[in-house]
Amino acid sequence: MYKYDNYDQAMVETRVAEFRDQTRRRLEGKLSEEQFRPLRLMNGLYLQLHAYMLRVAIPYGTLNSAQMHALADTAEKYDRGYGHFTTRQNIQYNWIKLEEAPDLLADLAEVEMHAIQTSGNCIRNISSDHFAGAAEDELIDPRPYAELLRQWSSFHPEFSFLPRKFKIAVIASETDRAAMKLHDIGIQIVKSDSGEIGARFYVGGGMGRTPMIAPPIRDFVPLDQLISYSEACLRVYNRYGRRDNKYKARIKILVHELGADEYKRQVEEEFAHMLEQGVEPPLAELERIKPYFADPSFETGLPTEIDRSDPDFALWVDTNTNPHKAPGYVSAVISLKPVGGIPGDASTEQMHLMAELSKEYSFDESRVTHTQNIVLPHVKIADLYALWTKLDAAGLGSPNLDTIEDIIACPGLDYCSLANARSIPLAQQISKRFAASGKTKELGELKLKISGCINACGHHHAGHIGILGVDKKGVENYQLLLGGSEAQDTSLAKITGRGFDEAGIISAVETVTDIYLDKREEGERFLDTYRRIGMDPFKEALYGE
Amino acid sequence: MANDVSETDFGTSPDDVQFRFRDDEVADHAQVTVDSFLEQSNAAAVRIEPGDDARALVPHLERLRLVEVNFPAFGDGRGYSSARVLREAGYEGELRAVGDIGIDQLAYLRRCGFDAFAPDSKLDEADAETAFARWENVYQHAADTRQPIPERRHASVGHE
Ligand code: HEM
Ligand code: SF4
Repeated sequence: MYKYDNYDQAMVETRVAEFRDQTRRRLEGKLSEEQFRPLRLMNGLYLQLHAYMLRVAIPYGTLNSAQMHALADTAEKYDRGYGHFTTRQNIQYNWIKLEEAPDLLADLAEVEMHAIQTSGNCIRNISSDHFAGAAEDELIDPRPYAELLRQWSSFHPEFSFLPRKFKIAVIASETDRAAMKLHDIGIQIVKSDSGEIGARFYVGGGMGRTPMIAPPIRDFVPLDQLISYSEACLRVYNRYGRRDNKYKARIKILVHELGADEYKRQVEEEFAHMLEQGVEPPLAELERIKPYFADPSFETGLPTEIDRSDPDFALWVDTNTNPHKAPGYVSAVISLKPVGGIPGDASTEQMHLMAELSKEYSFDESRVTHTQNIVLPHVKIADLYALWTKLDAAGLGSPNLDTIEDIIACPGLDYCSLANARSIPLAQQISKRFAASGKTKELGELKLKISGCINACGHHHAGHIGILGVDKKGVENYQLLLGGSEAQDTSLAKITGRGFDEAGIISAVETVTDIYLDKREEGERFLDTYRRIGMDPFKEALYGE
Repeated sequence: MANDVSETDFGTSPDDVQFRFRDDEVADHAQVTVDSFLEQSNAAAVRIEPGDDARALVPHLERLRLVEVNFPAFGDGRGYSSARVLREAGYEGELRAVGDIGIDQLAYLRRCGFDAFAPDSKLDEADAETAFARWENVYQHAADTRQPIPERRHASVGHE
């Protein structure tokens, strides 16, 4: 895992001092709320319905146990004993006091954590594959590149007042576990025909009210030009991205309005210029970063057989583990989606436990997934049963990864000032309904995603089944969408038709899953069946049309 | 006030400048818009609005003494690119940030090449001094000559 040197540590501490000073000026009345707002946002502090919300960055979703313990302590000391892991691999606290925020950040700085650029119209925390460094199918660990980008983007003087927020994801595998093409810049680390490692750039993806899948802008950027190329992408956006309408300000709109080819042409021109400017960090820096992400010392000759005599355990192994590149190991996913729970929430005690387990069983490392779960990346197969037993006892053993119970839901009307409808209670009821009917397992992989409004924080556009909260004459109403995906086969879901009330949407979800069970062919997931048979059979069942 | 725009009184005057990091005399040429600058052969001072293309000035840099970049709202960050574009093209005259500028933008503006500041409302001197000096190090190249952290890390090792 990456470790700060004195420079990194000083930067984070300087930021704490700066934020403390900004907070002081705000509390003294030297800054108006209007002036303070973008400053606090750049430090992840939102004013919500009931209190301040703070988003803490977890760069590329990777944590050591000391950091996970610190997140638990933060929940205890500054919040109400829990935290909420987000779809961009960060964590949010919902009950923060402004006066205490500087101290909270100072505490986090002690374990190399911060809230820098977790919000605001700047380059946000960089996300990555949650199985990075562990997955069987990856080309190379993508995190050193993400770390290089993290440093470059931190306090970038030119790109801190962009037209809109800017999200970057980096992956290095054909399997996309980071919704890469739904980012402002999605980078895939690839190998050229001549065996050279480089970066493929996708630019202009995003969700929100106008979802778009990022088109490829350049197939191969050599590693010693990665920053220069990123700089060029950003400069074209900063100069020409729309600022007249905040709903049209994301880079996806610029790329769409210019056309990918014209955007690309402008970037190439700026890129040629950037190469002359010498803005690229030395390659030695990438080489310095890489060893931090070197494999831990995996043991060899480990058993690969699993004793499946306990059926509950066997089920968990089947749903919640992922193949590992080292024989005798797997990546184990801790579901933060207990039936009837709040998706992505973890209590102080649970975080402490996950920290301890990561230390005991996973080389001191854990990861946050964009589906709001926690990964222990390197677990010995021989340790799985002991691990599962402890998880299960703490309510962290739900065997429901990638099933209909593994719901992504935004905070919705329970916390969010922009919401039309509640998301969390809906997620709770749906998971209860399917757990009770016992259909979860039969349905297999089924990604359900709920947003409380068109901003799409809950990724509803990318759900195999998506639910969108809308306001219908002051009453909460829900639209149903089908056919989205944020994996390597990225697609955008389509609305089925008129919306439903709360009870209606739950039944509607059940109806479409029944159609799937009825029509599916051997080996098909819900999404595959939908793609094969199209919307009509679902519509017919829903509306009888 | 700095932002009253009329035919005869356009842009900021030397008196509006609160912070300046240059030793030369303050240019007292009248600023013109980018469009009129490109039409006029003798103007030596120009004012860039957020939507203007700073690159249009690049062929004429030798005759420019003052470029003023307006920030009508501090959240509109196009002026940061305008400044850097000009510095990258070799402009060495005064680059003045004017408009809705607060304490917390100063360090970023400075890094993008601004060496004079005329905020709409005067800033607290002590807070500004702290802000200019805040960052002992930086992570990336910009229009200043500061050596970024990724280079500093490797500067002292070996002889390459
Ligand atoms: C409760 C406070 C929150 C507020 C006020 C809020 C606000 C917003 C807004 C306005 C957008 C649309 C931005 C745009 O399209 O340009 C957005 C997008 C998004 N938010 Fe949130 N959000 C909140 C919480 C969350 C949480 C808890 C998560 C993660 C679980 C989240 C993840 C996202 C994601 C992934 C997007 C989509 C990014 C994209 O459009 O590409 N947000 N949010
Ligand atoms: S999708 Fe809408 S309701 Fe949900 S968190 Fe985002 S802004 Fe709030």
